[in-house]
Amino acid sequence: MKVLMFGWEFPPHIAGGLGTACDGLTRGLAKQQVEVLFVMPSASGDEDQTAVRIINASDVAAFHTKKEARQIFDKVQFLKVTSNLIPYLGPDEFEEKVDLEREKEWNEFRISFGQKYKFSGKYGTTLMEEVMRYSLVAAAIARQNQFDVIHAHDWLTYMAGIAAKRVSGKPLVIHVHATEFDRSGENVNTQVYDLEKRGMEAADKVIAVSHLTRNTIINRYHIDPEKVVTVHNAVDFSSREHREITRGVPEKIVTFLGRITFQKGPEYFIEAAYKVLQKTKDVRFVMAGSGDMFNRAVRRVAKLGISPNFHFTGFLKGEDVKNMFAYSDVYVMPSVSEPFGISPLEAMRANVPTIISKQSGVAEVLHHAIKVDFWDVNALADAIYGLLTYPALTAMTVRCGLEEVNALKWDNAALKVRDIYESVIREKSKIQ
Amino acid sequence: MKKTLCLYFQVHQPYRLRQYRFFDIGKNHDYFDEFANKTIMSRVAERCYIPANRLMLDLIKKYDGALRIAFSVSGIALEQMEQFAPQALDSFRELAKTGCVEFLAETYSHSLSSLISPKKFRDQTTMHVKAVEKYFEQKPTAFRNTELIYSDTIGEMVSGMGFSAMLTEGARHIMGWKSPNYLYVNALNPKLKLLLRNFRLSDDIAFRFSDKNWGDWPLTAEKYASWVAGALEKDDILNIFMDYESFGEHQKASSGIFDFLRALPGMVLNHSGIEMLTPTQAAIKHQPIAPLNVPYAISWADEERDISAWLGNELQKEAFENLYKIENLVRESNDTRLQRDFRRLQASDHFYYMCTKFFSDGDVHKYFNPYDTPYEAFINYMNVLSDITLRTTKKKV
Repeated sequence: MKVLMFGWEFPPHIAGGLGTACDGLTRGLAKQQVEVLFVMPSASGDEDQTAVRIINASDVAAFHTKKEARQIFDKVQFLKVTSNLIPYLGPDEFEEKVDLEREKEWNEFRISFGQKYKFSGKYGTTLMEEVMRYSLVAAAIARQNQFDVIHAHDWLTYMAGIAAKRVSGKPLVIHVHATEFDRSGENVNTQVYDLEKRGMEAADKVIAVSHLTRNTIINRYHIDPEKVVTVHNAVDFSSREHREITRGVPEKIVTFLGRITFQKGPEYFIEAAYKVLQKTKDVRFVMAGSGDMFNRAVRRVAKLGISPNFHFTGFLKGEDVKNMFAYSDVYVMPSVSEPFGISPLEAMRANVPTIISKQSGVAEVLHHAIKVDFWDVNALADAIYGLLTYPALTAMTVRCGLEEVNALKWDNAALKVRDIYESVIREKSKIQ
Repeated sequence: MKKTLCLYFQVHQPYRLRQYRFFDIGKNHDYFDEFANKTIMSRVAERCYIPANRLMLDLIKKYDGALRIAFSVSGIALEQMEQFAPQALDSFRELAKTGCVEFLAETYSHSLSSLISPKKFRDQTTMHVKAVEKYFEQKPTAFRNTELIYSDTIGEMVSGMGFSAMLTEGARHIMGWKSPNYLYVNALNPKLKLLLRNFRLSDDIAFRFSDKNWGDWPLTAEKYASWVAGALEKDDILNIFMDYESFGEHQKASSGIFDFLRALPGMVLNHSGIEMLTPTQAAIKHQPIAPLNVPYAISWADEERDISAWLGNELQKEAFENLYKIENLVRESNDTRLQRDFRRLQASDHFYYMCTKFFSDGDVHKYFNPYDTPYEAFINYMNVLSDITLRTTKKKV
């Protein structure tokens, strides 16, 4: 079995957990004898390709011949998105031109796309534009390659998945790692929402990373529950991570590690820190990460007057993340909305007792983390205090947590995903 | 000689803790959730204690002394009943006056003190005996420990306190090929007679009565009486022990449990060879057949029938050890409120809430647990314990 997989990032170039999840899943699939052709924009060449063949979307000329382009245009319909996009690839225009002036549009198109197209590969202001370009490239890739099923990760690639499905007639599985409601709360970007909904509707099966996300898909995007399947994320820890770290400070350290954005609930961490510091000064709080709420967070800390015991590290990656875990006595993930959340698992693997919000998908698979409602600052403060004060609690969460985390294998998740592939392929062949 | 059916019911309600945050430590000494405790006690009184006691009273009158039953009511349940459901307490006193109902002694707080401190165990028992004398005007002669916890040494202590009989579990791993349906004696002091719970027939009522997936559902009094008669064909004594709350609370009235209870004594007493006795009477009447060796503590809980539901993991052990560290300080203080709080914190239920076994099995645990996770239960309990510990040390200064 061969899968054409569309992603947006892959280790080591990652901005979020999506890359890590794609990595784990493709490795798991490879063990199940599933071939993966992973398409991502701007692959930089140093990705680990042991399990997957990465096609760099920037290396694919969109169309080789006029005939080919025409065939694709016959099979690919573009999405109508309420738009404030850059005009020359506005989806509005595309939609209308495809219907009315296919010939004329094709000429324009050749001018724009008749060469290798350079993708920036980073999230930025022209994201929508890039999403559309990516879908064009996807169609070309779908024509040039043989595969049995298409798998698209998150909304950035849904269009690509849809395009590939139209061209190839192969079944489409989309994988929802996060929804717009997770990223923006109630103030959703309607363009993104539309794209997500379109992707879910076009898919033969939708994979959600948690029951939490599955419910969002069913209730907020109105997708048939029959079609939506939960496959919890996993982690593959090659070995037990143990670092010797000499600490500069005697106090215990409580850590927040993640993007400092609405979704991650940094303000609840700060308020809880304040409460704990009212009771004991023998503790330091660290907020590691960057994001649009960073300045606000610094101001709030200053205003509460807890700066001597509260530290910001800025964005951390790679080794620094591991060192940060090694420094920590308590790890907190107070996310307002977290479709899954891999980082608590990394903390637990590093023997750090962990507090997670009940509003996270990972709470569905963990028993040995302390769970609180993200808004319940008192409960959060209490849990932090408990872990700092009662040794048996730390000992038990660490011991049982490690066992639990080590049992969450990508192999199991990949097995479920392969079953899903088989079911959509079977369904498709029935229809044909 | 007639064979014996012995019915015993446990009555217990803990004082549930309120959400006690660490900010409260050193400032606020109110630990208990008055609203929850009141609500639960009134509800259970209304659904179980009052209607079941009324039924028992009717039956005792109807069978004119032939129906005998036994209760143990924990001290903290008595306190709460007096406070929140005095009617229920009155109905128990009514039963006590009939002369057909035996009230057993136990630890006042439904505590695990037998596992850690002989002195505390004795104090707790003495206190409960006094409460039974006060409320029911009986001097208990039989003993049942919290959750039927028993070992050879616990039995010896109980015997040392002057009790002639004790109830415990007919645990499979202790009994082996032996039948629980006989009278046994303590291995260290044969003066103490042991009555062993027949768990299968007890759980048929307590757990399975309304389970429609159970092959023997629906359970009729007739069917059950035939099982009782079957068991007593060869053996001497059948001990059916369970939570009293099984009637009307765990098994809802709509399941027909009260009708079952109403019909059962008649069906059983129809058999000419069977009589109903209280534990003390049964222990006097029958001949013990053997000493029972129980080196490690057993109980009636879970599949394991051991003490792992309360002291199985490190959270529970830490909380338990820290609780009894302040025992002497509490005793020496003359602060009655402190002593009262300390008593309430000893209830085994608090440790049960910290049990992690239910991750794998045990709907029973969930049913009784006000906390979502054992970790929450532990943090809350330890916060309270921190405060009460501060109070004892302050008193000393």
